[in-house]
Amino acid sequence: MATREERLEPLARRTRATLSARLLKGLTNFIVRKPLGAFGAAIILAMVFMALAAPWISGDPNKWHISDAMYGPSLKYWLGTNDLGQDMWAMIVRGARVSLYVGFLSVALGSCTGGIIGLVSAYYGGKVDISIQRLMDALMSIPTLILALAIMAALGQSLNNVVLAIGIVQIPRANRIVRSQALSVKESEFALAARSIGAGDMRIMLYHILPQCMAPWLIIASAGLGTAIISEASLSFLGMGVPPTVPTWGGMLSTRGREFFIDNPWMAIWPGVAISLAVYGFNLFGDALRDVLDPRLRGL
Amino acid sequence: MTEYILRRLLLGVLTAFLVSILVFTLLRIAPGDVVDAILGGEGEVYSDEVREALREQLGLNRPLPIQYFTFMRDFVTLQWGESLRNNTEIWPQIQKKLPITLELSVMTLLISIVMGIPIGTLMALYRDTWVDYLLRVFSLAGLSIPNFWTATMIILGGAFFLNWSPRLEYISPFEDPRANFVMFFWPALAAGWVGQATQARMMRSTMLEVLRQDYIRTAHAKGLRYYVVVYRHALKNALLPVITIIGITVALILGGTVIIETIFQLPGLSRYLVQSLQNWDYTVVQTVVLFLSIWIVLSNLVVDLAYGWLDPRIRYD
Repeated sequence: MATREERLEPLARRTRATLSARLLKGLTNFIVRKPLGAFGAAIILAMVFMALAAPWISGDPNKWHISDAMYGPSLKYWLGTNDLGQDMWAMIVRGARVSLYVGFLSVALGSCTGGIIGLVSAYYGGKVDISIQRLMDALMSIPTLILALAIMAALGQSLNNVVLAIGIVQIPRANRIVRSQALSVKESEFALAARSIGAGDMRIMLYHILPQCMAPWLIIASAGLGTAIISEASLSFLGMGVPPTVPTWGGMLSTRGREFFIDNPWMAIWPGVAISLAVYGFNLFGDALRDVLDPRLRGL
Repeated sequence: MTEYILRRLLLGVLTAFLVSILVFTLLRIAPGDVVDAILGGEGEVYSDEVREALREQLGLNRPLPIQYFTFMRDFVTLQWGESLRNNTEIWPQIQKKLPITLELSVMTLLISIVMGIPIGTLMALYRDTWVDYLLRVFSLAGLSIPNFWTATMIILGGAFFLNWSPRLEYISPFEDPRANFVMFFWPALAAGWVGQATQARMMRSTMLEVLRQDYIRTAHAKGLRYYVVVYRHALKNALLPVITIIGITVALILGGTVIIETIFQLPGLSRYLVQSLQNWDYTVVQTVVLFLSIWIVLSNLVVDLAYGWLDPRIRYD
């Protein structure tokens, strides 16, 4: 006599098979229906791979090959060298680490905080809502880059402070989108029903309102990734981001090397291409995600 | 209507007040100090008495609430005082630098509108054809390519192919309007390409929405020519929501001027701000940030009022 597990094994295998088949089908479906979005996702995956595999696919970015300085692309240095003879391919690859690290973490920080603030603000309403939203208004009425610069000046230059500065700047947008969604969901019948059977505030917020706010929240978060990477590059470009010894895409374009650009334009071209490609990938993917998740939000 | 404006202005005052507290606090927790910036050349050693005397002289060792109160009193009474770093009066500096930032922002806004609205309209009219895709790639590129790279490429391209480089000293439009226009055109183009993307996107989606409406079908049915339907009937209504986006663009553009003024070496307000920030020049930074945020609050109010004026269905209450 077979045990229960043995009897159920074929069924479990079939479920596993259909699950992976469904995933595969969903994936092909996405690629066929949103080729641009899939292209964006491919760019992001390539960047992530580049960042993770950095030590194995490139040399030491901080080594100065003085005798080979200011060369264009060659077999030895794929993307050429800068004025100090640093290998630009190695710098670009390390720059990907900083950009992706700051991009993902700051968006996670900013949109989660903003989302929670928006949810709480909408749920409790009244005085809580008014005071929180006035604070958000204040944050929004300072141009984002200037706010990020001021936060960097206050905290001092380090990688995690860049994450914090760019994360804070992202809070108001996530707050606004989640709040407006939560305001309408709060009045829906299922939320009232939950209350009538005696569910507490936390339960209603987390299990009934929050899931309904996920789609717009994800859309805003994915749109924020590109902006975050540009912000990081802008801070480094102005010399107020990550300490200048760490290779970053924005730092490579910054004032220190500018006088050499005219003699070796590659120094200016590669970091810009890297930033643009990364942000383009995130924007294409974010656009496709928005179309799939919520067609009403087109144009946001 | 008057009541609405008054209420919005009051809210604006509240926002500005919160901004002032925010900036004041941020600057006070900064690890550096203007005293170090003034005294600290490399290898210079000053005794603690000298530092203390300088702090005393600049009013930096008074209690923080008093410092905040003085800052607000001076700001409200328009006695904006002087820079901690080099004793220059702030107000004349702002008067000198504001027109530059204002001109740059207005030109950027114009360029983004002139590019964004036709691009968005064309994308909607030729939806899902190669025109749509091509324009979308171009438009989205504006959002993806950082403005400091566009600006760098403009300067490099000019220097490389045309032996041209941007003028480094500021020319007033009253002296030489043409040189002034050329001076601002390239920076504004680099920044406007970014702003264009949001407007084009919004324009595309509202235009698609409007083109599906019944009155457009009626207009076609009564035999109006295609472009009359598009320009006289559809465009007018599709433009309305785009105007609110322009309000958002103002803040975006002001943030962009920080970078653009640095690259093109325009002596504007944003560059003044960044330099002061690097020198821990508290008085300048807090005054200029507060000034800029009041600018943004007011321009948002103007956009909202313009929206109601253009669309009579909107009521203020």
